[in-house]
Parts: sequence; structure tokens; C-alpha cells
Amino acid sequence: MAKRIDVKDLDIYYGDFKAVEGVSLTVEPRSVTAFIGPSGCGKSTVLRTLNRMHEVIPGGRVDGTISLDDQDLYASSMDPVAVRRTVGMVFQRPNPFPTMSIRDNVAAGLKLNGVKNKKQLDEVVEKSLKGANLWNEVKDRLDKPGAGLSGGQQQRLCIARAIAVDPQVLLMDEPCSALDPISTLAIEDLINELKSKYTVVIVTHNMQQAARVSDQTAFFNLKATGQPGRLVEVDDTQKIFSNPTEQATEDYISGRFG
Amino acid sequence: MSSITGHSVTDELPHDDGRPPLDADKAGTGRLGDRIFGGLATGSGIFVIALVTLVGVFLIAQAVPSLLNNNANFLTSREWVPSGTDPRFGIVDLLWATVVTSIIAMLIAVPLGVSVALFITQYAPSWLSRPAAALVDLLAAVPSIVYGFWGLKVAGDYFQPVAKFTDTVLGWLPFFEWGGRPSAKSTLAFAGIILAIMILPIVTAISREVFSQVPTAHKEGALALGATKWEMIRTAVLPFGKPGVISAAMLGLGRALGETLAVTLLLSALNPSAPFSFSIFGGGETFASRIANDAGEFDSPQKTGAYIAAGLVLFILTFIVNAAARVVIERRKAFTE
Repeated sequence: MAKRIDVKDLDIYYGDFKAVEGVSLTVEPRSVTAFIGPSGCGKSTVLRTLNRMHEVIPGGRVDGTISLDDQDLYASSMDPVAVRRTVGMVFQRPNPFPTMSIRDNVAAGLKLNGVKNKKQLDEVVEKSLKGANLWNEVKDRLDKPGAGLSGGQQQRLCIARAIAVDPQVLLMDEPCSALDPISTLAIEDLINELKSKYTVVIVTHNMQQAARVSDQTAFFNLKATGQPGRLVEVDDTQKIFSNPTEQATEDYISGRFG
Repeated sequence: MSSITGHSVTDELPHDDGRPPLDADKAGTGRLGDRIFGGLATGSGIFVIALVTLVGVFLIAQAVPSLLNNNANFLTSREWVPSGTDPRFGIVDLLWATVVTSIIAMLIAVPLGVSVALFITQYAPSWLSRPAAALVDLLAAVPSIVYGFWGLKVAGDYFQPVAKFTDTVLGWLPFFEWGGRPSAKSTLAFAGIILAIMILPIVTAISREVFSQVPTAHKEGALALGATKWEMIRTAVLPFGKPGVISAAMLGLGRALGETLAVTLLLSALNPSAPFSFSIFGGGETFASRIANDAGEFDSPQKTGAYIAAGLVLFILTFIVNAAARVVIERRKAFTE
């Protein structure tokens, strides 16, 4: 179910502007990898290439290869829609579909896949909401609008929506940055549980969070102002936060930079 | 909550303690600027309410004496002899023609307008979307007399074979029966088509506006679930835009119901003795075109009152349509905020 991600010599462009250069890294299955770095260094951009969401932006394109186990995500025969069904994504701001009930939000992905059987849908809704630690809070109001939940609940609803389609990989783009500390803790606990089934990649500005939830940490930075972003260092989280190889990493995590 | 999606603060329910939703807050400071601006805003609001009320009162006051003198049933009679010692007038034919032309216009303009708006906001490359939007807006700038004239002199001739074909294939249904008279361009069906072109820019402009405001987060949420472009539009764009599309359709319908010149020019009036026909390939007069056609004859209060009564029905019809649209929007409100 969980798969390995291999990124090789990845360059990312917005039109003619090269935003990120020369990223190579490997994400092991059933592990959590955190992307850290200052704003604008391209970590979210890299994340969005992992499920081909980058190309949704006009002019967005990539060079290099990204493969999931041995499957090239950017092969010409690869359908981006199929990639996104395999690699789920949770966004910075909770974005439940405002016109849908809680149940319909979770079932949205399955319905796109053509699942119509009500019993099957109900089972998956329950399983996914349990998987996102939300079931007990919403089981009595599944038909209420998803947008009526609190911010933290909405974000867990979005996680439930993402795992309902049974992805191999789960990408999270600063999933806690719009949440209070208690909701953040709930999401972090959830990430720890999700790790047993999925490959998780999370972008975060919060270094304590990276240290708490991840097995591996990748530090991104700009070469210089106006230059493309690049991957400075990727290693075990333990090592990055105690004894990083690069001086730039050391400066960033100790707060002397950025 | 925004006016662009068809929501405004006036859609809000009263507070729990019974205060009206528009209850003024305590942000006013009592300074001169606040007082002047607050006074101006309040004054404008009262002015508009007073204006609509006065129009209603005027219509009723002028219509009632004639209605009391009417010797036929106003709602069910097909006659229209509003003056003399035995005034007899009813609105059945007018109501039928008005509703049929407007429904035809809506059936064409709403799906087409929504599709055009989707093309402009979701599919067109950015270099094309602005000029395309401007072109559609330009349709709104064409005076309605031009549409009428164009329909009569140019487009109408191309409708002849369409009417013939429909009659051959579906003529066994009373709705599509066409005996070759009046000529195809003078039928309710063709007037509806011209009306559709006229309300297309309104429907398109407002739909375009709401579709372009769909938050990127919702669209990306759908795409990230593995939605195709069309599925993304169905899951994220259309539900978000629905109240706006309803508002757009209502504004368009308002124009279609009341449109005068083009319809007057196109439609051929019925022979008063002809039997009532359900066919959309028949002639007729709408409320507005009847009033326009006979505008030269408002010589007695009795006669004028009869036409004003017809106008009053149009006023009420528009009001009902708008109220119905509000109900539709209200029912989905919990899900659109």
C-alpha cells in the first residue's frame, strides 16, 4: 500500500522562472518526511510536484524524474488524474467542499471513482473518519455541512477525505499552520498513526513539529535572493536537529537565520 | 455571505432574541462624518423602498376602477375590449405569450450562458478570456430594437426551415403544431430565441463573476482527489456558483418578461376570434408588446386602467419569480457559506 518516492535531479519552473533546482531525495514507505526551510524556498512547490498538482498552475512544469516505487509519475503515458488518486493531498487551509455535508465530503473522492453503492460508501466514510480521529465528534451529524465544523475538525475532515480513496502517499502542505495548539496536537497524533499505513510527506514552518512527527527531514533554502531554491540537506530527523552536516542547516534550526 | 453569490445580509434570519438581522451595530461614533454618511445611506434606502411602494400603489389605484367595471373575468377571459359601455378584458392570451416566450428564452439562455461563463473562467487561455468576456458584454450594449430588426430581416428567414422541420417531426404534439401561419419569424418560439440572445449577456456576466470567485482551495481540493477538469467543475465550481447562477437567471427572466420593442416588432398579433392554441409556433402578444402596440389609444381612464391592470400582473409575476428564487437560495444557504 505505502510506496517509496524517488526524486532525481528535479528542476521546477513557473513559466521561464526556475523556482527550484536539482532536488534529489528518497522517501521510504511508511515513514514521515518533513520539508523545512524559510518562506519562498520552494518546499511547497516540491511537495506539489509529487502529485502533479504543480502543473495545475498555468506555466508550471518540471524537469527530472519522480517515481513511485518503479513507476515514473511524469511518464507521458501517466495520467495526472491517476497520479492524484494515488497520492493524496491535504492543504494549508482546511478546504472542505462548502456545499457538501460531512458525509459527502468524505465520500467525494469515491464518488468521483464511480462508487455508488450506499452501503460501501457508508462503510468507507466511517472507516475514514475513524482513521482521521473525527468519527466520535461527528457521527451524529454526518448530514450537517462540513464547513460548520471547527478549523481543526475541518482539517481532520480533509484528511479523512484524502484517505478515503486509499492513497499510497499522503502529502500535507503546512496542515497545522491555520490551527490552534490543541488541534495541532490532534493532527500530529494522527500523522503518527497514519505512518503505519501511508508514506507521509509534510511541509512545516514549525521546527518542533518537524522534530516531533518526522523520521526524516529535508532542509530547503534559496541559493541567494532571486536564485532558485534547492535542497540543502536531507537526513534522519535526529541527525538534522542534533548534528547537521551543513552549516546553513545548523544556522536555520538554531534560529540564526531566516 | 456576499451579494455576488446571491446572498446578502437581508437573507439572514432574525437574531435569537428577535432583533432584526439588519439591526444597527454600535460602531457609529456620532461624529459629523458618521452622521452624514449614515443619514445619506438610510435616506437612499428609504427612497428606493418608497419608490417601489409608490409604483405599486399607482398601478393598483389606476387599475382598480377599470377592473371593477370589467364585465369579463380578468384572469380567465381571452377578450380584450377595454372601452365602451360593455368593457370586457382578460389576460389569458397575454399571460400565455409572456410566459412561453420567457420560458423558451430561459431554456436556451441559462445553459448557454453558464457554458460560456465556464469556458471564459475555466477553459479559455488567459489571452482569450478577457476579449471573449468583453465581446459577450457587448451583446448587452446592442439596443433591443436592433435585435428585433435583425430577427425580422435576417435571422427570421433561417428559422423557417427549423419551424417546418419541428412541425413535421413533432407536429402531432399540440405544443409544436405549425400551420405555416403566422410566418416562422412571427411566432412565440422565434421571439423566445431572440429574447434568449438578449438575456445571454446578463446570465453570462453574472455567472462568470461567481465562477471566477470560486476559491482556488476548493478547486485544488477537488483536483487533488483525482477529479478530472469536468469533475472539478461539477464538485467545486458549479455548487459554489449555484446561488449566483440563480440570481443571474432571475435577472435575465426579469428582462425577458418585460422586454418590449424586439417582441413587439416580431410577434404577429392574434386574430381575436381565433381559437386558443397551445402551440409555440403561434402568434400572440405579451403584456409589454400589447401595451406598446396600443399605446396610442390610451384616451380614457377606463381604457388606460385596463392596460395598467395588465402591467400590474407583469409586476406581480416578476415579484413571484424573484420570491421563488429567494426560497431556492435560502434552502441551500446552510451549505453555501
